[in-house]
Amino acid sequence: MSELPPGIKLEKEDDKIMTLNVGPQHPGSGHMRIIVKIDGDYIVSCDPDPGYVHRGEEKMAEYRNYITNIPHLERPVIHDSCNILYPYCLGVEEILGLEVPERAKYIRVIASELNRCVYTLYWLAIYGIFLGHSTMFMWPTGDRELLIDLLEKLSGARVTHAYFIPGGVRNDMPANFEDVCIRQINYFEKRIKQYDSIFYSNPILKSRTIKTGVLAQQDAISLGATGSVLRASGVDFDVRKKEPYDVYDNLDFQSNTLKSGDSYARSKIPWLDMLESCRIIRNALEKIPKSGSVRVKLKPNPKAGNVETYKRVESGRGSLGMYIISNGKPEPYRVKISVGSFRNLICLPYLLKGEKLGNMPAVYWSLNYWPVEADR
Amino acid sequence: MLKDLVMPQNANVFVSKLGDILVKAIDQPLGYAINWGRIWSLWPVHIETACCSVEFGAASGPRYDVERFGIIEAFGSLRQCDLVVVQGTITRKMAPRLRLVYDQMPDPKYVIAMGACAITGGLYFDSYNVLPGIDGVLPVDVYVPGCPPRPETLIQGCMLLQEKIKCMKAR
Amino acid sequence: MSNTQNKSNLNGDVHIHKNTDSNSIDKKEDDRPEFETNLANTLLHNFGEKIKIDFIKKNRIKVNVQKENIVEIAKFISLNMKFDHAEAVTGIDYPEQNEIEVVYHLGSYEDNLSNQILALSTSAIREDDPTPGSDRTKLPSLRNVFYSVEFHERECFEMLGVYFENHPDNRRLLLPEDWADIPPLRKDFKIKGR
Repeated sequence: MSELPPGIKLEKEDDKIMTLNVGPQHPGSGHMRIIVKIDGDYIVSCDPDPGYVHRGEEKMAEYRNYITNIPHLERPVIHDSCNILYPYCLGVEEILGLEVPERAKYIRVIASELNRCVYTLYWLAIYGIFLGHSTMFMWPTGDRELLIDLLEKLSGARVTHAYFIPGGVRNDMPANFEDVCIRQINYFEKRIKQYDSIFYSNPILKSRTIKTGVLAQQDAISLGATGSVLRASGVDFDVRKKEPYDVYDNLDFQSNTLKSGDSYARSKIPWLDMLESCRIIRNALEKIPKSGSVRVKLKPNPKAGNVETYKRVESGRGSLGMYIISNGKPEPYRVKISVGSFRNLICLPYLLKGEKLGNMPAVYWSLNYWPVEADR
Repeated sequence: MLKDLVMPQNANVFVSKLGDILVKAIDQPLGYAINWGRIWSLWPVHIETACCSVEFGAASGPRYDVERFGIIEAFGSLRQCDLVVVQGTITRKMAPRLRLVYDQMPDPKYVIAMGACAITGGLYFDSYNVLPGIDGVLPVDVYVPGCPPRPETLIQGCMLLQEKIKCMKAR
Repeated sequence: MSNTQNKSNLNGDVHIHKNTDSNSIDKKEDDRPEFETNLANTLLHNFGEKIKIDFIKKNRIKVNVQKENIVEIAKFISLNMKFDHAEAVTGIDYPEQNEIEVVYHLGSYEDNLSNQILALSTSAIREDDPTPGSDRTKLPSLRNVFYSVEFHERECFEMLGVYFENHPDNRRLLLPEDWADIPPLRKDFKIKGR
């Protein structure tokens, strides 16, 4: 027998229990491997094996200064790049003592809400494809391009915007962006309301996802779940509401909560959030100061003192925290990215136990999990 | 001369000469037909390696719709695929798996390196866990630059690969 | 958010250690937020010298404890102060002080505490020539107190080489299986070209 590749081992087990490697080359796994043990069709235990995209972001951040850290820190979630840079910028602003102009704060909120929709639509598309619902792949990917166009107008790049910088945003909104944005958002809102009839009211989808992978409220709290997973289980926790950053306390929105905690509820919460995002964007475009600067001037190679900060924002996948420690040098001493995907991963072995193997994609992707971000 | 060849003891030589003549006659049209079949069935393996898979997904979406060219239909088992699109960074943990996937595919097989990370390591040139390009793992046919490449660039890369296959000698 | 409600919540049953009332923060600075100071005082009242308050800022408290006491204090924080999950477990390498600091960022889903983050930090001895798992760099695991730290502690083990005792599953998580170098987030691990 030839030598087995690393990480794969044959084991003698009870005949009834079979070990199955799902991924990394599997249509239903993403960038990770899930080692499941099955008894017939039922999952006995499950061991997620992430790390296939571990790129050492935290180590690299120690060798770059506060500004040059921006491009590589957004790469873990390139389709939610504004939100992953948000806590980093908030943290650096705190330790460098920068005051962000009012207009920049509103632009940040608009960009971050647009980006949340872009992320959620991609996530929803993959959720559709995992459940064999091809229309649900096509519709969100198509609608996503509308918002990508908006963000491209704003920042110049399709997905990797690098738009947020410490002290504001990189450049001002282009002329007549507000009109285009309102028009697109109105159309977009009309469009995603149709998802209800094609996707969320679909009896096949309902039968596959309702009461699949139920996460009780108490378990969601003790497992430390976050974002849509937590809110689908009935815990009302949204960082935008609980610990408002920038101008979220001036804006009119609500956080959505569902009670059932199954895969269906977990897939519905991001959709409700998108509708809420449309409201936020419209509201922010009304309240934004019509003129003013959008960034403060930064010294080259800014240095901070011996301080540390932990900032968090609500990203598409839940609370996203950045822990930055500075020791007086231009480079941070340590940057820790605490991401929602990694925190939600622990729910997977818990939820899959006793579930049918065919329900695995429905449970796995409903955790709002993006493997690249979890590996960092 | 010809009389010598049709002697029974020279039959093997005769057959080989005849074979040469036949190959000369039909090799080019047959090869053209085989290559024509290959360029319209570039089906990639469903292996995502990093963040470029977002743009890979967008390429299959309604706006770019790469399937109208009959290529890049990201479904199917790897036994039925003949293209690996390496979507971004290859880490040290992923590299043996990628090679394993490549080795299991039937010939002919082609490789597209998508994104700066797959070409040189890109932004992660100094990371401890990232390979500096996939040249050491797989033989690459087409490099698609960008971080991440736009879907148009990916489509262009696929068309370059088609051009390349057209010029290849079919085996 | 009312403070009276908080107090009843926090001082629910305090019976673990009541010996050092004199150590509480009497010299309250003006810019110190009141609610956070109350939280820190609750800890100080019960544990006294065992904990050291690093800073109290708006919505953020950082306390430093010895590794012998961390399980006891974490239990108190979890049961009596209603911090119910860990947001992050960060290991920080300090070669000069010869220690590795591990910070648990604890959060809460209770309504009145949901904007608070309590950073509970402790430190382990650092070995210059690490052999992860079998050297002196060990800490007690908080996995039995906060279930959510399981994967975070596994990550910390492979990245810094801090072995968590009583952790059920101290395997590798993110790094490749054949990783033979020292843990990568230590400061003496140099990345190429730098």
